[in-house]
Amino acid sequence: MNRGSLQDRELAVLERDRFQQLLDVLGERGYRVRGPTVRDRAIVYDDLTSVADMPVGWTDEQDGGTYRLKRRNDGALFGYAVGPDSWKKFLHPPVVRLWRAKRGDNGFQIVDEPEEVAKSAFIGVRPCEIHAIAIQDKIFLNGEYRDPFYQARRQDLFIVALNCGHAGGTCFCVSMNTGPKAKFGFDLALTEVLEADRHYFVVEVGTELGAEILREVPHEAASEEEKAAAERVVAKTASEMGRAMDTRDIEALLHRNYENPRWDDVAKRCLTCGNCTMVCPTCFCTTVEDLTDLTGEHAERWRKWDSCFTMDFSYIHGGSVRASAMARYRQWMMHKLAGWIDQFGTSGCVGCGRCITWCPVAIDITEELSAIRQSEHES
Amino acid sequence: MTMETLERMLTEHPFFKGLNKRCLQLLVGCASNVRFNAGEVIFREGEEAGLFFLIRHGKVVVETFAPNRGPIVIQTLRDGDLLGWSWLIEPFRWRFEARAVELTRAIALDGTCLRGKCEEDHELGYELMKRVAHVIEDRLQATRLQLLDVYDSVRS
Amino acid sequence: MAGLPGSLVPSPFRVQRVRRETYDTFTIELEPANGADGFPFAAGQFNMLYVFGVGEVPISISGDPTKRQTLVHTVRAVGTVTQALRRLKRGDVVGVRGPFGTHWPVEEAVGSDVVVVAGGIGLAPLRPALYYLLSNREKYGRIALVYGARTLQDLLYKSELEKWRSHLDLEVEVSVDTAAASWRGNVGVVTTLIPRVQVDPFHTVALVCGPEVMMRFTVRELESRGIEPEDIFISMERNMKCAIGFCGHCQFGSTFICKDGPVFCYAEIQPFFAKREI
Repeated sequence: MNRGSLQDRELAVLERDRFQQLLDVLGERGYRVRGPTVRDRAIVYDDLTSVADMPVGWTDEQDGGTYRLKRRNDGALFGYAVGPDSWKKFLHPPVVRLWRAKRGDNGFQIVDEPEEVAKSAFIGVRPCEIHAIAIQDKIFLNGEYRDPFYQARRQDLFIVALNCGHAGGTCFCVSMNTGPKAKFGFDLALTEVLEADRHYFVVEVGTELGAEILREVPHEAASEEEKAAAERVVAKTASEMGRAMDTRDIEALLHRNYENPRWDDVAKRCLTCGNCTMVCPTCFCTTVEDLTDLTGEHAERWRKWDSCFTMDFSYIHGGSVRASAMARYRQWMMHKLAGWIDQFGTSGCVGCGRCITWCPVAIDITEELSAIRQSEHES
Repeated sequence: MTMETLERMLTEHPFFKGLNKRCLQLLVGCASNVRFNAGEVIFREGEEAGLFFLIRHGKVVVETFAPNRGPIVIQTLRDGDLLGWSWLIEPFRWRFEARAVELTRAIALDGTCLRGKCEEDHELGYELMKRVAHVIEDRLQATRLQLLDVYDSVRS
Repeated sequence: MAGLPGSLVPSPFRVQRVRRETYDTFTIELEPANGADGFPFAAGQFNMLYVFGVGEVPISISGDPTKRQTLVHTVRAVGTVTQALRRLKRGDVVGVRGPFGTHWPVEEAVGSDVVVVAGGIGLAPLRPALYYLLSNREKYGRIALVYGARTLQDLLYKSELEKWRSHLDLEVEVSVDTAAASWRGNVGVVTTLIPRVQVDPFHTVALVCGPEVMMRFTVRELESRGIEPEDIFISMERNMKCAIGFCGHCQFGSTFICKDGPVFCYAEIQPFFAKREI
C-alpha cells in the first residue's frame, strides 16, 4: 500500500446513502469485504456485503471488565469504539494449516498446495488498529524470517479507515499517539459526521488505489465547513479519552522493577484466563500442533493462537519456567510495554483498551503501570 | 531500642557465646534489631552482601531456583542460627536467596562495617572467623550427608 | 503462493545409525534423503527434528561442522518425540528444519585461551565447538575442557574424552557428583574443577553449557577467576515451537532464544539471568 504525501491528500464528501456503493464497488473489484456487525451482543468483524448488516445506530459502553451495547438516537454506522475482535483474526488467523504430508518413498512428502487467499478490504479500521497492523507487519514481514500466511493475507489489503467519533471508556490512544485520527496506512479514511439534517462522511484519500475506488462512488469535494465538522468530531473524541498511559522512560522503568511488589498485587487478582491476549490486536503468540490420522499415512501441521498466560507456554523439562500467575502477568505486561521496543522498535500497545474491557476482573494496564511508577516516587 | 538492649541481645545469642566484652562492644555499633514478615525476601542471589543476620525467633529458608523446578530450598534456618557468611568472604555477594517463612525477628549486623573493624582489630576478626568457620563446617557436613542421598537405595 | 520456505517445512533425512550413549541418551546420525550435498551449520546451532505424525523437538547439533555429509544429534529420551526418535532404525526417515540460532564464537576466540565448561548433556552442543577448536589448534592458546555429570554412567562420549585427553595440548578435567570407591577420578560438582584450569583469565573465552543452575554457578566461578562477562558465552534453553521467532514461546527477557540465541554473550543477558521465572 502506498502512502500519499500530505500535500496530495484530497478531502471529499460521501453522503450516507452512497455508502452501500462503496461496499459494492469493492466487491465488484474482487475484494472480500469485511467490516463490523452485531453478533452475540457485541460488535465483531465479519464478511460484509450490506450496510444493513452494519451496527447502524448502535454504540458501546465500556469500562474495566464491562462491555454493553446500547442504542443510539441516530443512525451512525460507526458510533462505537472497538469490540472483542481485531483485524488480526483475518491477517493472522486463529487456526491455520501450515502444511500437510503423506508417507512416500523418501520417508514422507510435503503436499505442495499453494494457498488461495482472496484479497481483502477492511471497512472501518480505527487508527489504533492501523498501528496494530503496522506493528504486526514488523513482526511477520520485516524480520529475518517472513511469514507467508500473514503475507498472503496482508498483500493487496484495501483499508478504509475510520477516524473515531466515539471514545470508548477504556481508550487511551491519545497518550499512545495512535489516534483518534489516522495519519498513515490507509487507502481511504472516513470521518462520520452526523448533523440534524445530514449524515455524511468526509473522506481523505491515502493512496492512488484509494482514489481509484473513490472515483467510482459518487462524491463531492469537501467544503471548508465540512472539513471543520470532521475536525471537530475528532477533537471531541480526543478530549473524551477514558484513560491515559505515561510512557516516559518506560523500558528502563519496567526493567528496574522486575521485583516490584505490585506484581504480587496484580497476581492476586489475575485469573490467567488469557482474555487480554486474545483481544489484544498485537498479541501474536501461537503454538504448533502435529496431527496424524488413524492410517498413519497422513500428517498435518497446524498453527493456533496461544497465550503466554498458560502453564504450557513456558514448559521445559518437566516444569513451567513461569509457574506463578505473577510471572505470567509480568511477562505479558513487560513484553507488551518494554520487550516489544527492544524486539521490534515500537511499543506493543496501541491504546485500544480491549484488555481492560475484556478482563473479567478489570485489571487495567494503565493503572498497573502507574502504580509501579508511583512506587518509585514513594521509596 | 537502646544500646543496652542490643548489647543484651548480642550477649544472649548463641552465636556470640563466649565472646569477650571488648569485642561485643565493637559489634553493638554495627547492630540493629530487625523483623521480617512471613514471605518477605531478606536477600537475593547476586546482591551485594551488606547486612547479615542472627535469627532470634522465626524461620528462614535459603533457596535457589531452576527454571523448570521453581524455587528449591537448600536449607531451613531457625532460632539461634546465623544467616549469611558471604559478607566475610570474597566477592561479598550472596550466592542464594533467603526468605522468611514465618514472622522472624533477628539482629542485623552491618557486614561491610564489621569487615573494616576486623581488618583493624585482628582479635575481633579471629573471634568472628572462628564462629563463622564452625557454622560453615556444620553446614558443609550436612550438605555432604544430603548429597549421599542415603534414603534412595534403588538408583545406582 | 509457491512452495513454503525450508524454514517452515521439514526436509527428509535418512537415519544412518542410532547409538546408545547412556541409559537415557542416544546419538542419531543422519544423511540428507533428497540428494543434498550435506548440511552446513555452525557449532552451537540447533535443528527442529520431526518424526512423521508424532511431533517436532529442538535438538542441538552435536557433530563435526567440517563433516557436513553426516548430521549428528545427541538426544535425551524424555518425551513422546524423543522416545520415538530413539526407536528409529537405519533407513528410517526423519524431518529436519534448520539450522537455527546463533553459534559459539570460535572464530572471534582466535588468539585466546579457551575454557569449555559442560554439565551433563550440555557437552553435546559444545562438541562441535571442540571439534572446530581442535582442527584449528594452532590458532588458539591453551584449551581446557571441564566436564561434569551426575555419575560415571552419565558421562557422554567417553572414548572421545580419552582421545582428547591424550592430545597433550588439551587439558581435560572430568568430575562426577557421586561415585563408588573404585573410581579414581574427581568427585564433586563441575564448578570445583574451574580453579584448576591453566588459562590466562585476561585472554580467555569461556563457553558454558549445562542445566541453568549449573551455568549460573559456573559463571560466578569464572568471574571470580577474573574472566569478564563479555568473554563468557552460554547456551540457553526454553520451550520452542516454531524456531523462527514467530510463536513467542522461547522468549527470555527481551530475546528470542531461537533467533538471538541459543548462544548468548553473558554480558548481554546478565540483567535477567539470575532473575526468577523469566
